[in-house]
Amino acid sequence: MDITRLIITAVGGQGNLLSSKVLGEAALLSDIPVRMSEIHGMAQRGGVVESALLFGDVKSTIISDGEADVLVSFEPAEALRAMNKCKSETVVITNLAPLPPFTVTIGSGAYPDIDKLQDLISSKVSRLIAFDAVALSKEAGNIMAVNMVLLGALAQTGILPLTVENIKTAIKTRTKKTFVETNLKAFDLGYSEAEKQN
Amino acid sequence: MHKLLVDNPGQKSLLLGNEAIARGAIEAGVAFTSTYPGTPSSEISLNFFQVSQESDLYFEYSTNEKVALEVASAAANSGVRSMCVMKHVGVNVAADALMTLAYVGVKKGLVILTADDPYMFSSQNEQDNRYYGKLSGLPILEPSSVDEAKEMIIHAFDLSEKLQEPVIFRTTTRINHSTAIVEYGALKERITKGDFTKDPFNYVTVPAVSRRLHVKLLENYKKSEELTNTSEYNFINGTGPYGIICNGVSYGYVSDAVNDLCIKDKVKVLRIGFSHPMPKSVIRDFFNGCEKILVIEEGEAYMEEAIKAIAQENKITIPIAGKTEDLLSRLYEFDPALVRESMAKYFNIPYKAIDKPDLTDIPEIPQRPPNLCAGCSHRATFYALQKASEGMETIIPNDIGCYTLGFMPPLSVGDFLICMGSSTGTAGGFAQTTDKKVISVIGDSTFFHSGIPGLINGVFNNHNFTLVILDNETTAMTGHQPNPGVDMKGLNFEGYGQISIEKVVKGLGVQHVTIIKPYKIRKSVEAIREALDFKGVSVIISKEPCTLYEKSLKKKQRKPFYVSDKCKKHKDCINDLGCPAFFIEDSNIKIDPAMCTGCAVCAQICPENAIMPVKDN
Repeated sequence: MDITRLIITAVGGQGNLLSSKVLGEAALLSDIPVRMSEIHGMAQRGGVVESALLFGDVKSTIISDGEADVLVSFEPAEALRAMNKCKSETVVITNLAPLPPFTVTIGSGAYPDIDKLQDLISSKVSRLIAFDAVALSKEAGNIMAVNMVLLGALAQTGILPLTVENIKTAIKTRTKKTFVETNLKAFDLGYSEAEKQN
Repeated sequence: MHKLLVDNPGQKSLLLGNEAIARGAIEAGVAFTSTYPGTPSSEISLNFFQVSQESDLYFEYSTNEKVALEVASAAANSGVRSMCVMKHVGVNVAADALMTLAYVGVKKGLVILTADDPYMFSSQNEQDNRYYGKLSGLPILEPSSVDEAKEMIIHAFDLSEKLQEPVIFRTTTRINHSTAIVEYGALKERITKGDFTKDPFNYVTVPAVSRRLHVKLLENYKKSEELTNTSEYNFINGTGPYGIICNGVSYGYVSDAVNDLCIKDKVKVLRIGFSHPMPKSVIRDFFNGCEKILVIEEGEAYMEEAIKAIAQENKITIPIAGKTEDLLSRLYEFDPALVRESMAKYFNIPYKAIDKPDLTDIPEIPQRPPNLCAGCSHRATFYALQKASEGMETIIPNDIGCYTLGFMPPLSVGDFLICMGSSTGTAGGFAQTTDKKVISVIGDSTFFHSGIPGLINGVFNNHNFTLVILDNETTAMTGHQPNPGVDMKGLNFEGYGQISIEKVVKGLGVQHVTIIKPYKIRKSVEAIREALDFKGVSVIISKEPCTLYEKSLKKKQRKPFYVSDKCKKHKDCINDLGCPAFFIEDSNIKIDPAMCTGCAVCAQICPENAIMPVKDN
């Protein structure tokens, strides 16, 4: 079975771990071997949270630099920061709504220009899907559903060995009941956005 | 029902490594569990804690790792299967108990879990705890994957009972914090009560007894040598002239690399899962047919040293390599590409690295370091501490917890840190040998863990320092575990005591003790100033619940603040506090109302009084 390597990067509190859990559960439903890893601990203190997900016949739970097939970033500058994980064939999906780190506020760093950031990423990888996932999550009725919007876009690429149906089932069983409806809506909005950008 | 208590053998679940370990222990019928929380091990104990709420499993957050091991050793010697969980540096704290417990042994299974942290994702060092096996003489098991961890932990209990001694179960972060599909097994019955049979000539380790017990330990060692040589956890895959010996997560990287490099017919891999004692005869046989051997292990050259010694004993002269400058490092964690490249290099296998894009034109991305939360009471205390000590030359020994993050600018509180509790002990040394004002900073949980002896030392030896105890009523850094100062009743947990830090400090004879509410800046500064003026040991207890924990408990929230148009952009709020709720929009200073917790510290330091609470609509 082919191996697919996915990196999800986000800022603590954006719901990265839940999206990994949904994909893991979808893999379990699809009978696809999956291994994942993540770094916990500082997430709630505003740091970066990076998850690695490996689908298929593989024993490693982490992804080396230059070896991700897909990179999903919940924040534009974090997409740029995680570019070391990409190769020229990588597909990058990123939210474009910035969450400037505190270091920018205190003047010890400048936030990258969003247009230039997109040009840079597209010039280095095979495909970039970039859009304001926060706007879409608001449209879905839950500003916290950025993770689901991005899962929708990821599903649209068809890179993961998972069906849309199984991911949706995992969203139904693994996310809080009160949010299932808005989560599914967010997922669909992300899916159509990626379709538009194809 | 808790997901780890489900009695449904054959069920496949997606589990975090730490959940898989807890499930394995529950399947093994573990009945007594203890810990001091520490990343990356914390979720094991969190799951035990949750399971203990709805079953007869006993679990406790012990004061520190030494106490955790002591209670577990007594339980195991009373005939109850026990497990003691800690992070790698926790074993240093427990080591005094561990070394002689190895002599005394156990009656029922005792598994000591050490969670090592290569790369130090959340630790102060990356020591390799396999050496504790050598040091104590106890067996070590180490899994290579999440699913194997669940099975291996069951075996660890059996092994402990077979040898009548504790077994060390060593994980690394990438086992603890990886997730995989795990198949549930049957649940063994929990036997929660046992009995202790008096046998002082085997239990009371006076020299005459210990001399005999050491003999017993060495005899046991022989038994474990036999067991490691026949263990299913030391297995060989494949045949070929290239020999690889590996352990832990490296086994996964090696297996993947064998596929990636298409060298299945050329490589023989020995995976060591029972790593102390090392399986001498397995390794000796493994040498047969190998042209050269590469030892792939994170951390120290623990296996490599043993393997080279075994080769020497058997007059084997084939090249054996591992930790050399151009191959594998003693530093940090490995990754699949690093292992693949090392294998290709050592065995001269053609290998083309993946085509990585040129990233040299990517601009510098602003750092996103972890920061104290918006409204964190530590920020308030640290601000007051800096104000109170303005103009003084200070040394600030800090300690381990969220508040360690205060060493970053702009708060810059923290000058010296080596281990849990070191703030109180090192304070005396700095005070004695310098003329600077020494101000130590320690959290409530760390104070109970190992800060008290240093404070006693300060009082007894009449050192001159101020200790600031940051009492946020929880163990925040590792995920809000309780500590002995926590009001458990208030959290709806019955059957706990509560220890008052104030009474402890006063009971130790500290002459100057003040309690402050850190959000009241002016009063806090005054109180800290008085404490700094005191000659001898003075203590400030800064009492304010962790704001993140309060939020998660859905306690009543204060109103957020906003920056009104009175703001003249002095930026004291931003420059002196570094609170992440602040941001700048079109050169105006703003506060994110979703992040602001209404602590009002910024409002108190604003020279224009421009920061005000958001009004009701």
